[in-house]
Order: sequence, then C-alpha cells, then structure tokens
Amino acid sequence: MNDTSQAMMMNEVAANLEAQMAFKSLDFYYGKFHALKNINLEIYKRHVTAFIGPSGCGKSTLLRTMNRMYDLYPEQRATGELLLDGVNMLDKKVDVNALRAKVGMVFQKPTPFPMSIYENIAFGVRLHERLSKSQMDERVEWALRKAAIWEETKNILNQSGMSLSGGQQQRLCIARGIAVKPEVLLLDEPTSALDPISTMRIEELIAELKAEFTIAIVTHNMQQAARISDYTAYMYLGEMIEFGVTDQIFIKPKKKQTEDYITGRFG
Amino acid sequence: MNAITDTTTVRSFKFGDRLFFNVARAAAVLTLLLLVAIIASLVYGSWPSIKQFGFGFLVSGEWNPPQDRFGALIPVYGTLATSVVALCIAVPVSFGIALFLTELSPPWLRRPLGTAIELLAAIPSIVYGMWGLLYFSPLFAEYVQPALAATLGKVPLIGSLFDGPPLGIGILAAGIILAIMIIPFIASVMRDVFAVTPAMLKESAYGVGGTTWEVVWNVVLPYTKVGVVGGIMLGLGRALGETMAVTFLIGNMNFFNGFSLFLPGNSIASALANEFAEAESELYTSSLIELGLILFVITFIVLSLSKLLLLRLSRQEGTKT
Repeated sequence: MNDTSQAMMMNEVAANLEAQMAFKSLDFYYGKFHALKNINLEIYKRHVTAFIGPSGCGKSTLLRTMNRMYDLYPEQRATGELLLDGVNMLDKKVDVNALRAKVGMVFQKPTPFPMSIYENIAFGVRLHERLSKSQMDERVEWALRKAAIWEETKNILNQSGMSLSGGQQQRLCIARGIAVKPEVLLLDEPTSALDPISTMRIEELIAELKAEFTIAIVTHNMQQAARISDYTAYMYLGEMIEFGVTDQIFIKPKKKQTEDYITGRFG
Repeated sequence: MNAITDTTTVRSFKFGDRLFFNVARAAAVLTLLLLVAIIASLVYGSWPSIKQFGFGFLVSGEWNPPQDRFGALIPVYGTLATSVVALCIAVPVSFGIALFLTELSPPWLRRPLGTAIELLAAIPSIVYGMWGLLYFSPLFAEYVQPALAATLGKVPLIGSLFDGPPLGIGILAAGIILAIMIIPFIASVMRDVFAVTPAMLKESAYGVGGTTWEVVWNVVLPYTKVGVVGGIMLGLGRALGETMAVTFLIGNMNFFNGFSLFLPGNSIASALANEFAEAESELYTSSLIELGLILFVITFIVLSLSKLLLLRLSRQEGTKT
C-alpha cells in the first residue's frame, strides 16, 4: 500500500468519525504502582477499538477506568480526564451507577447472575427504568435477539442462567450488557474461556453490534483483534505505544515495538 | 528400581491408604452410632412418661410436679418463642455486619471489627446470663419495655405481643440476649460466604449500574444462599439449645398467661437445667428426659425445613425445573 492511498483511506474513515470517549492525559495507580501513564486516546462512536499488548501492559486496567469499576477498590485511583460524550467521567460528582448504565461490560469468564435467564436480563433494566410486564418482555426478547441467543433460550427463559453452556452464558452476559441500552460496550477478553465455535459466534456478534454500540475490546488474540476491530491500540508497560486503523497497525506499524509484538518477535 | 513395579512399595502404599480409609470411616460411623445411642437412651429414659401421657404430653400446658402431671407445651413454646425473637433480631443485624465488613468497611477496619465480633462468641454463656440479669434487665424494664409498649404495643395484631408488666426478665429479654449470643456465629458465616463470592460476578452486577445494596441483595445473597441459610441454622441451633443465659432471663415460669413476649416463661433447656436435680419421682425425671427428646426432634425438624427452603429457593431461581 503506498502512502497516498493509505492517506486517502485514513481521510475517508475520518470523515464519519465522532469521538464517543476520550482519554486526556489519564494516569492510573494501584496504590503506589503507576499502571497507566499519560494515556491520550479517542474511542470512536460505533466502531470497534481493540486493545492489544502483553500481559500486565494495562489494557484491562484501561477498560476498567471506562466504567469506573476501580471505584470499588479504595487503593485504586485515576487522574486526568475521561470524557464520555464530552462530560468528564472521573469527576467526583458523576453518578457512577448512571455511568455504568451507559457503559456496559462483559468479562473474561461468563458471569451469569444466580437467577433465571429472563431475570438475568431484566435485573439491570429494572435498576434504571420502570417498565410494564409487556415492555419488559419485549426488552428481554430484544436483548436476547441482539445477542443472538434468543432462539436457544426462548423456551427456557425461566431456567437458571447457570444451566447454559459457557458460550451461551457469555452471549447471555452480552445480552445483559446491552439490555440497559448502553452507548459503549466494554469487552474484557470475552472469548478467552470459550471454544473456537463459541468464539466465532461472539465475533460475528461484535460485528453486528457495532452498528449500534461503541465497542472497546481487550484481547490476547491478535488475529481476533485484526479480524474484528476498526482501530487498534498497542500498549506496553502502561503506555499507549501506537494507535491507529487496524489494517495499518497490522500491516504497516509505525513503531518498531509494535511491529516486534505483532510479528511475534516479542510478547 | 522402578517404584511402580516394586511390589513392596505398592503394598505399603496400599496398606497406608486402607488404614486411612478405615480410620476416616470409623470416625464417620462412630458419630452415627453416637447419634443413634443418644436417641435410643432418650427414648428409653422417657418411656414411662410416653406411656403415661402419650401424645397428650405435647399439647398439655400443665407442669405440676406435686401431682405428677406433666405437659411440654410451655417449655416448647418458650424455646421456640425465644429462638424466633433471637433470629428476628440477629439475622438482619448479622446481615448488616457482614455487608459492612465485606463491601463497605475501609480495609483497615475490617480485621479488628471482624475479630471483635468473633470474640463475642468466646464469652461464656453464664456471663451473658448474669450480665443480662444484673445489668441488662433492669434497664430493659425501666426504659425499653415501656417504650415498646407505647409504640409497637399500639399496633394492631402484633400489639398484644408487647403488652403487660415491664418485668425486665421474660421471653423477650431472653430472646434479645440469645440474639447477641448468636450474632457472631451468623455474622461470621455470612461474612465468609460473602467474601468468597467471585469478584467478577459482583463487578458484573455493579457493571450494569447496581448500587451496593442492589448488588448484595440481588446477586450476592442468592449466590451465597446455601451458606447464609447454613449460618442462620447454626445460630438457630445454638439458640434452641442455649441453657445458662436463658435460665437467668426467661423467668422459669411454668404457667401460660398469654402470648405477650414481656411475660416470663420457660424453655426446654432451662427446665432441664433447673429441675433435673430436684426431680424426685420417676415420672418427673422421665418427663424431663422426654423434653430433651422433643428438643432433639425440634432441631431435626428445623434442619429439614431449612433444606426444604433451599430446595424451594433453587426451584424459584430455576436451577431445577
């Protein structure tokens, strides 16, 4: 790919880009340990942004700042700015529960709640909205359909969420995340505990969901990042080494470090 | 030399294994035998009373040693009432303690506070009894009981429970002391099971925007329900059988004067402790032993009910369809 065509591609992409989230000189600390160093980054609306890097580079930490999950642990803190639709989310005045309704999260391992499939979805919705029984039924069906698990669960909605297979549970968790109609979906290695077929289904799902949601995904699987993301960020030791269009990062990284990691010379 | 084919080594391993197996089995069987032996001797000891009073023993409220007429209703009622009062107080308080220690407390406070609560369990029950009788009950009679009578006593339906003379001692006082005694057990079990709830599960619930209360009530509690019910049962078992503290505070009265919790009563364990030494006639002794048997049965029923409750809960949640 020559420079002109690459520049054209970048311009074309940039035309319909809108930042959903923006990190501005964000630092993060676990006690005294400085885990994220001066992160500046924009996450674009209705695109998939992948975070790659070796273990301990801070990519999961970065994800956990985006819904302020670190708030649960008193020794963890973040400084700098994290804008969601232009509002600084690190501000003490921000209602964390409302923020988390806007920013859904799915974890490495499926974490169905100890309740029925229906209740797994309805639980989060009920925290933020008052819906009638029929509206709730609709919402549950909508979320399960969106997560491509409706066909498998429509007849067993009253069964425990824990009775599903691992891959189904993970899609249930995605459905639960989107049921509250968030703007951003954070996926923290969502397929690391799944078999290849379940992984493929989740990847297909991500491709469909980005039409409506902004997605940030942490993954250890570089092929996965290349397959599903529009943008990729390479992190190392708490620093953002390189960020760009996924194809560019994988085909023609600007930094030597990124190239070494991607080609497997390091990592 | 190859260890796998070396027959002497294999044999000695086998011997060690079998020895361990047998020792473990013997311990389990011994417990079972002891249980059977206790039941058998209780039934044997209470046989004269069972023969004399039959089923009537359970429903009769008369306890009249001079005339050799005995019924279990008063002590059974006292046992159950004090335990229910104790649970009504101890369960919510313990839940609060466990919730605070696992979710809300600053880390530096967790250990000292947790230890302090566990230390409550180390206080001998006679100390609770004497403290209750000498310090707690006068204050209880002077301030708490009149206040309860003036507030809860006016509420329809439950009002009659808080009616009557403020004596200080009685079923309510005994129940409150029992509550204090069982809180450490229930609270530490609840804390331990809350603490082993996977962080990721809790974070998922926080992740959809739940508050601490919503997360604990809707996710942590259902996830840990077996342990929580187990902890409550541990406390209830203790409350049902507690002797010394209850003896000091329950009033040891064998007449039924109404359902008010202010009135003195008697419990099975307390009756046994107070009267066994004085029981002269064979029927008196035998009736007391039958009380012990009944306590055994009550505990068994309570345990079975808790298992049923867990079954129902898991059916609601949809694990079994």
